[in-house]
Amino acid sequence: MELFRETKIDFLGKKWYFLTLTMVLFVVGMIALAIHHGPKMGIDFTGGAVVDVKFDQAAPISKIRQALDSSGMTQGVIQPVGGSGSDEVLISLPLSALNQRQLEQSRRNLLAALYKTGPAAGGKLDLNNVSPSQLANWLVQNDPNHWAAASNGQARYQALAATILSQYRDHHWGGLIPSFAALTQVPGVTPALVAAMRPAFFVGRFSIQSASIIGAEVGSQLRRQAVLAVLYALAGMLVYIAFRFEWIYGVAAVVAVFHDVLITLGMFALVQLPISLTVIAAFLTLVGYSMNDTIVVFDRVRENLKILRREKLSDLVNLSINQTLSRTVLTSGLTFLSVLSLLALGGPVLRGFSFCMTFGILVGTYSSIAVAAPMMVAYIEWRNRRQQRPARAVAGRASGEKLARSRG
Amino acid sequence: MQRNLRWKTLFIIVVVVACILGITGFPKGLSWRAIERSTISRIHLGLDLQGGTHMILQVNVKDAVNAQTDAAMAQLQTALNKAGIPATVSKPGGKQHPQTILVQGVPPARAGDLSNIVQNDLGSDYQLNTLPGGNYQVVMQPLAVQAVESRALTQEIETIGNRINQLGVTEPTVQQHGLGADQILVQLPGISDPAHVKQVMQESGQLSIHLVKGGPFASQAQALSQYDGVLPANTELVKGSNVEGQGSGEQWYLLDSTGVVNGTELRDAQPNLGAGGQMEVDFTLTQAAGQRFRAFTGANIGKQLAVLLNGRVAEAATIDAAIGSQGRITGNFTTRSAHDLALILRSGALPASFSYLEEETVGPSLGADSIHDGVVAAITGFLVVAFAMLLYYRGAGINAVLALVLNLIILMAYMAWVSATLTLPGIAGIILTIGMAVDANVLIFERIREELRHGKSVPAAVDIGFRQAFVTILDTHVTTIVSAVILFLFGTAAIKGFAITLSVGLLANLFTAVFVSRVIFDYVLQRMPRGAELSV
Repeated sequence: MELFRETKIDFLGKKWYFLTLTMVLFVVGMIALAIHHGPKMGIDFTGGAVVDVKFDQAAPISKIRQALDSSGMTQGVIQPVGGSGSDEVLISLPLSALNQRQLEQSRRNLLAALYKTGPAAGGKLDLNNVSPSQLANWLVQNDPNHWAAASNGQARYQALAATILSQYRDHHWGGLIPSFAALTQVPGVTPALVAAMRPAFFVGRFSIQSASIIGAEVGSQLRRQAVLAVLYALAGMLVYIAFRFEWIYGVAAVVAVFHDVLITLGMFALVQLPISLTVIAAFLTLVGYSMNDTIVVFDRVRENLKILRREKLSDLVNLSINQTLSRTVLTSGLTFLSVLSLLALGGPVLRGFSFCMTFGILVGTYSSIAVAAPMMVAYIEWRNRRQQRPARAVAGRASGEKLARSRG
Repeated sequence: MQRNLRWKTLFIIVVVVACILGITGFPKGLSWRAIERSTISRIHLGLDLQGGTHMILQVNVKDAVNAQTDAAMAQLQTALNKAGIPATVSKPGGKQHPQTILVQGVPPARAGDLSNIVQNDLGSDYQLNTLPGGNYQVVMQPLAVQAVESRALTQEIETIGNRINQLGVTEPTVQQHGLGADQILVQLPGISDPAHVKQVMQESGQLSIHLVKGGPFASQAQALSQYDGVLPANTELVKGSNVEGQGSGEQWYLLDSTGVVNGTELRDAQPNLGAGGQMEVDFTLTQAAGQRFRAFTGANIGKQLAVLLNGRVAEAATIDAAIGSQGRITGNFTTRSAHDLALILRSGALPASFSYLEEETVGPSLGADSIHDGVVAAITGFLVVAFAMLLYYRGAGINAVLALVLNLIILMAYMAWVSATLTLPGIAGIILTIGMAVDANVLIFERIREELRHGKSVPAAVDIGFRQAFVTILDTHVTTIVSAVILFLFGTAAIKGFAITLSVGLLANLFTAVFVSRVIFDYVLQRMPRGAELSV
């Protein structure tokens, strides 16, 4: 099977269309960024608290809202995970200049607010938010199974607590014990034990899936470090490409990558997806793919420069793009498919990541053809015109590795 | 050619076997379960996948400098008194700028003596500066400050690590974090309720035993009025820790400001059930401290001793007889608090206080969900890619899929070998690797097709295809590895995980896509009748 055979598309001739499209994407992205004052930053970077809560039914959003407001957390944002009617919500609380005490306090406040949404705790422990060691302690102290006399009594209670909570609650039931009655499904749990536990425990209607509290200082430090790392990496790539080709190739490749990153950032602002550490990893992946695409085209240009010495540079670049076109489409198409499966199946934690990749692969492929190549050609043609020597004549004399330099 | 090919094949098989063993380890049996268990124990999952708590602590390393200059200040004052120089010594910078000691009231004639004292008693870590107005400044040298701070951080990490280890957290991480030398990263896998761990981590654990000069008093004011508002020399007023259920209101004690024994002289501390059924903590002093303690208590029978814990009087008791190296702290302990106190005393005092910069807890079920989703997505993605490659390149597609599988095996083996931790960003790195691995094969196959179209013979087309594509593959891979190395050097922890899987995957790719694929092609070519078509 073959998709393309000897195509002869004049890509460079369409550079004005490309430039228009790029400008449109760019302007849309920039407007979105400007309206929202930059991309929406996740808690990883702004500092604050995020709690991921899973309910045993559709999350009672309005009740949570009321509870947060009445606890003075009016700034709290409630976000259903995976559309409305979902049983899972993210509650985020922007906090500035968190100190240690506030950090502890905010977690406790949030929990207290959440308990206002359901039946009162009444001093009992919530089985859905208790840790195995807490349950084991309670079992050892209260000895409902009368194992204390046995030498391994403590170990048996610890094992029982682990079975109930780790094996059943967290894995079998996906984080939530449905009811007290259901506990008897756990091997080793007798109705008598359940009866003994009832006065001390209750089965809450939610469980905390994850909780992050990040000081504002760390957030800005992380952001600076991430941005610096990416800039250094780009500089490193520029130097390597300049060394292997010519510096304008490196500049064009980096500009194309920059173009992709900016436009994708704009899209993030447009759909208001928050930028988290995982999304930064996705941006790095996107930089990798886009750079890869550009180098494949440039490599072919370099090879053709050695063989076809009489060709006009723009024709030669066009030919190179056409020669690598079926590879470009195939590779991008395949990676696009696998990222699409990530977007569909990868779960909520990877959503930002997969969105960035899905969009990024499209822009990345486009930019190596529509941004990097035309930019490189435009610069070399401009340089040759300025030196008032026709490119063709010089191309004829060019030889060896540092071709473009010898044209200058 | 044929011999050469055989050696190459052998080499590939050795690599594959070594890598598979790297992933599975040496399982205890050959059953599927044993292999599975052994594999799971070798792949380390990050907290985002496994569940657990991650914290970043900001250590106030200036505390240690402060303690150091406090000691220097006391030493300086003593030396000045001895030399008969009527000077007062103070620290105007407080805890914010603890490295500066101010010396006031030195007569100009004794300036030379002061300089000698500073040089002889405090050593080269301190520098004496003359201030306008006849005062002097003794400043700890920046290099010495740095040394004290970095020592404090190391000791802090050790102490916190000891405490966490003794609590029985499995495989905790406690290490320096960030570029500045004042942050600690703590990771507690499997702990989704870190309250207790934090409590034990946080106790400063400073223990000392002092002679009681007066008290207990009901309030600070009452104590002061007892002494007409001026405390006797070398004493301090310390609040008693309000033990639950024991008396009401505050208790204040007047203590000797220098302790007889301090926490660094403890050899051991153990919780025990005392005679009255109450929990208590027994401690053992080092030999030297024990002798000193015996002499001291022998000389002070009938007086009271106070155990000072974290700046509060934990207990005050009358000395009935000379006490040797064994001591005991009683109080209203529960089983857990007695255990915790013994643990804290054993692990030593924290040299500096700290605060939390970041805390992240991932519940075990979310981690399991993430793994499940990630694995399903990765397998689906892989199958889609494999199917498309087979459809598009037919015979050569098999070659590409084999290379891809081998690449993943090498990558996982590396992760298992060096016990690298697999995190979500790490999975992102693997995805980029898969993409670039497929790309390498596509580049080669497209090139072979192109050469075939130009009428080259099959072996020549394969040869040129590999040779020309190799240049491109090398360039794309080296560029990405360059960026991965830079990301590893400058990036945050999450970015590092990405950079590691990416660079290892790319190196593996240079081996699989270029070397292994070529060997497979050579095999096919060898068995092919002359003039037959290549399935690509």
